[in-house]
Order: sequence, then structure tokens, then C-alpha cells
Amino acid sequence: MEEIANLFHGFAVVIEPFNLMLMLVGILLGVIIGVLPGLGGANGVAILLPLTFSMSPTSAIIMLSCIYWGALFGGAITSILFNIPGEPWSVATTFDGHPMAQKGRAGEALTAAFTSSFVGALFAVIMITLVAPLVAAFALRFGPAEKFGVYFLAFCSFIGMSKEPAFKTVAAMMIGFALAAVGLDQMTGQLRLTFGSEYLLTGFDFLIAVIGLFGIGEILLTMEEGLSFKGRTAVISPRVVLETWAELPRYWITSLRSCIIGCWMGVTPAGATPASFMSYGLAKRMSKTGHKFGTGEIEGVVAPETAAHAAGTSALLPMLSLGVPGSPTAAVLLGGLLIWGLQPGPMLFVEQKEFVWGLIASMYLGNVAGLLVVLTCVPLFAAILRIPFSIIAPIILVFCAIGAYTVHNSTFDVMLMLVFGVLGYLMKKCNYPMAPMVLAIVLGDKAEEAFRQSLLTSQGSLSIFWSNGLVGTIMALGLIVLLWPLIQSGWSRVFRPAAA
Amino acid sequence: MRKEIEGMTAAGPSHRRVEVGMAVFTAVFALIVIIGSMRVGRDWAEDGPRAGFIPFYVGLFILGASLVNLVQAWRDRADERRFATWDQLGRVSSVVLPTAVYVALVPWIGIYTASALLIGAFMKWHGRYNWSRVLLIAIGVPLVTFVVFERWFLVPLPKGPIEYFLGF
Repeated sequence: MEEIANLFHGFAVVIEPFNLMLMLVGILLGVIIGVLPGLGGANGVAILLPLTFSMSPTSAIIMLSCIYWGALFGGAITSILFNIPGEPWSVATTFDGHPMAQKGRAGEALTAAFTSSFVGALFAVIMITLVAPLVAAFALRFGPAEKFGVYFLAFCSFIGMSKEPAFKTVAAMMIGFALAAVGLDQMTGQLRLTFGSEYLLTGFDFLIAVIGLFGIGEILLTMEEGLSFKGRTAVISPRVVLETWAELPRYWITSLRSCIIGCWMGVTPAGATPASFMSYGLAKRMSKTGHKFGTGEIEGVVAPETAAHAAGTSALLPMLSLGVPGSPTAAVLLGGLLIWGLQPGPMLFVEQKEFVWGLIASMYLGNVAGLLVVLTCVPLFAAILRIPFSIIAPIILVFCAIGAYTVHNSTFDVMLMLVFGVLGYLMKKCNYPMAPMVLAIVLGDKAEEAFRQSLLTSQGSLSIFWSNGLVGTIMALGLIVLLWPLIQSGWSRVFRPAAA
Repeated sequence: MRKEIEGMTAAGPSHRRVEVGMAVFTAVFALIVIIGSMRVGRDWAEDGPRAGFIPFYVGLFILGASLVNLVQAWRDRADERRFATWDQLGRVSSVVLPTAVYVALVPWIGIYTASALLIGAFMKWHGRYNWSRVLLIAIGVPLVTFVVFERWFLVPLPKGPIEYFLGF
């Protein structure tokens, strides 16, 4: 009951005119970011983060999270009209969305995509409202060992669940940890891995890595492909919207399944992209019209969009309640909390009630506002994509550079951004995942602190991570997830001959 | 680029070779981390693990993973994919090189002037627009940025001689 009161208090904060304005600005910027190649949720939020330094944390998080919702919506527009996924999580939307547009059903496809996104997000927000306070209250009992266990679980699930080769994931993640370690060691106050360079004293900021890896890297990839945008036009009339809405309830099972997949994949840091693919795959296998998937089935748009949005939203649950972000964008938001002087983790729910519930309330309102904005402004956003890449690309480069500079007011960071950009291009081409690297840079210090504090209590014995039921369970879960691919293949090797 | 001149535009470095290169790169990075952490102490002191304790093991992990990746890439002789054609790499470097110049110029002439040059050069080089449009966008975007950052959000960005001359 207390939560409901808090939530209403949150709504009261959000509907202040200034916050409402920020919300709309955020959604608009977010959709533009989602539509443009080279700008995505994570680095879009990273670039705009400095603009929020002077705002109150609540207003800042409202604007930034709305950018995130906007970006999630925006990805669908390019997928359906241009067959170019603006975001990795909207790749699966192109499979049926673009064929629909080619058949002249673009309006229907877009309405279905936006509405499904909305449903997915709403499901996830309701889950966050109900579950996050419980998780946070539970997590208040965590000591250093349990905290490390949670980090361990998060990183293990990257290795076990990612579609990239496991050892490439390990390499990328550990490089992230090494980069996080550069600079001042929090516990001993000693400088390490700086090799005498004054530029490295402050270490590597993950925001620079995000802007470089996701922003510059993406532009380089787009350049390599030499994209020319040839798209379909779409105008969404109220009649099309209503007709599509009347049709959508038929797919409630797909929708519900996708919501659950999305929430699960979002909370465990697998993320929106695999969630959308998995949801599309399952819908294809289970639907009566599954054989027609890929030719323009509306259900093939509903499934990935619902899951992607549910995953993108629920990635905020572990960030809020445990301080472990479920996606790169959530990681950037977490970085924002630190900059605004808030300590992410379970204490937020105790100490910063207004902030937490303001954010949760803005998730509800932001998604309603987002749905309205995208339904009404599709032609406008599609027009942005028609601006030639030779104009858009340098402007994006400039904004990335400004974003990188403003993190520490350092021109050295701008150079680093370019280095990360080239690295991001190579990583993407060679199938190294970038999300674990970014998360490792963000969480490196905290994970190390938890690990070392635990070892201090146990005089250096690793048995502390099995010393009680709670931490033992978390660690065991981590190991299971880590070894999941092996378990799975072992299982099928043992049981398949019997079944056949 | 060399092969492009010879007219073999479809050629390019093999994917396998780049994979091997990446693995070697991560291995070298691992060695740097290991050496760096041994310098600050990778063992325990009386007050607990020293600063290099964790990075040392992180370095070992990177090294191990790199070696596995290296062996896998090396053995995968069936992989005949091309990493990218020289043509494509040319396009990529046509972004990387101007951006590198841009990044190097920012500390000297400020971010606004450098941005105007970057946008202008890019539009002229890639888009072949006429000068009036190039000038409009190349000067307009930094001007708008200036107003948004310096005036509205009060975030100072690096400025150069032109801004000082104008009194900012």
C-alpha cells in the first residue's frame, strides 16, 4: 500500500510543467536518436548527460529515461520504412515489418509496432513497480560477499547467454575490468596502470567508451556499408490506428509470451536484442500462421517489438534495486546517478523516495506520451532519415566529440573517443560483444571493492563466497549460467539418442 | 588502398587475419596489464590485497582468453570470408582520418571552428554540395551548438583564437 502512495507522489512530481516539458523534449530527442544511424540509446543518453548536470536529479532522470523510451520507439520506424534497423534490437522487426510496408501496409505495421512496444513497456513498468521495492528491501541485507555474488551472476550471464563466442566475451569483459582499474586504487590510494601518464590519472570513463564504441563505431560501420536510404512513406491515419488496434487483441498470447521473455531477458543482463530474436523465433514456431512469417505478418512485428521494449524497460529494475544495470543504456543512467551525487542500489528506495518514484511514474507517463508522439509524428521522423548521410555523419561526429569533451572537460577524452570508435568497429566486425565491456568499466571498481572487502573479512579465503545459504545460492546460480552452454549440449548429448 | 590502385576493388584483407590480429592485440594488452599490476604489487600486504592484486588476475584472464581466440582463429582455415573490401576500408578511413585531424585540432582552434571545418570538409568531399549550402550548414550547426551549450545550458566548450577575438 505504501508503494501505491509513493507512486502517486511520484506522479505529482512528474506532472509539474517543467518535468512534463522535459519529458516531451526527451521523447522527441530519443526518437530522433533512435532513427539516426550512429546514434543509439546508450550513446545518445551519454552525449546528452552533461546537459542535465545543472538540473535536479529527478528532472534529469525523467529527461534521460524519456530519451531512452524515445530511442526504443524510434528503432521501429527505420526498420519498417527503410529496412534499416536503427537499433540492434529492432533487427527482428525488419523481418515482417518491412514486407508489410512494401505491400503498402506501413501504417498498420508502425501502429502495431508502437502499440506492442507500449504494451511491453507497460508490462515491464508494472513489474518494476511491484517487484523493485521487494528486491531492494531484500538487497539491503547484502554484505560485500553477496554484493560481489550479484555482480558475479550478472557477468556470468553475459558469458553464458551471449550469442558471441564465450572467450571473446571473456576477453572483452576483462579488458573492461582492466580499463576500470586504471588510475587511483580506491582502497589503497595507490596509482596503478598509469605508466607515469598524467592523462591516465583519472582512469577511463565509461561514457567515453560508450560514445566511442557505440557512436563512432556505428558510423564507421554505416560508412563501410555505404548506405543509401531508400524508404517507403507512411502516413498514419486515425482509421488505420483504430483498425489495427481492433486486430491486435487477437495476438494476446504472443504478446503475453513476448512480455515475459522480454522481462526475463532484461532483468538478467541479456538485453533487448536477444529478447526480440527469441520472441520472434518462438512466435514463429508457435503461431498458426508461423509458416507465413517473413512475408509481412503483423504477429511478426508484435512479437519482437513487445519483447524488446519489455526488456529495455525491465533492464532498469536491477539498476534501481541492486545497482547493477541490465543494459548499456541502463549503465549510462547509472553513471548519471553517480554524477548527480546519488548512490545507486537498494538504499535509493529508502533515502531517495522522490527520485525513485518520480522515475517510475515517468515510465508510465513517458510511454503514453511516447506512443502519442510517434503515432502523430512518423512522417516528420521519416523525413529526418532522408537527410543525406554526408551531412548527418559529420554532425553526429561533432555531437559525439562534444559529449566526450563535457564528461571531464578534457580534450584527451575526445582523442580516446576516436580510439574507442575504431576499436568498436573492429570488435563489431570480429564478433566481440561491447555491452559486457561497457558494464565492466562501469562496475569494475564496485565489483573489485566488494571482492576485496569480502576477502579481507575471510583473510583471503575464497570460501567466504560459500559461507552462507544466500551468497552460496547466488554464486551457484552464477556458475550454472556461466556453464549453461556446456550443460545444454551435455544434456542434449545424453538425452537425444534416447529420444531418437 | 594499394590494391585499389591496381584495379582490384573487390579484394581486401581476409577476415581470419584480422581475427588473429585482434587476438594478438588483446594478448599484448593483457601483458601490459600484467606488467603494470606487478609494478604496484600483485600480492597481499598486511592490510589486505595490494593495488595490483585484482588487475593481475584480470590480465591473466585476458591473456588466457586471447590465446584461445588466437588458436581458434588460426586453426579456422576454412574461413575464407573477407574482412572488408579495400573500397569499404577506404570509405571507413575517409571518416577516421578527417576525424583524427579534427580531434587533433580541437585543443588548438576550439571545438566550434574545428566542427565547422569538419562538417564543411565532409559535405564537400562526400556529398559534393555547392559552397552556399556547405557554408550554411558548416557555420550554422556550430553556431546553434554555441547558443545551446554556452548560453542555455551554461556548459563551456573549448574555444580558440576566433572566439577570443570575438570577445568570448
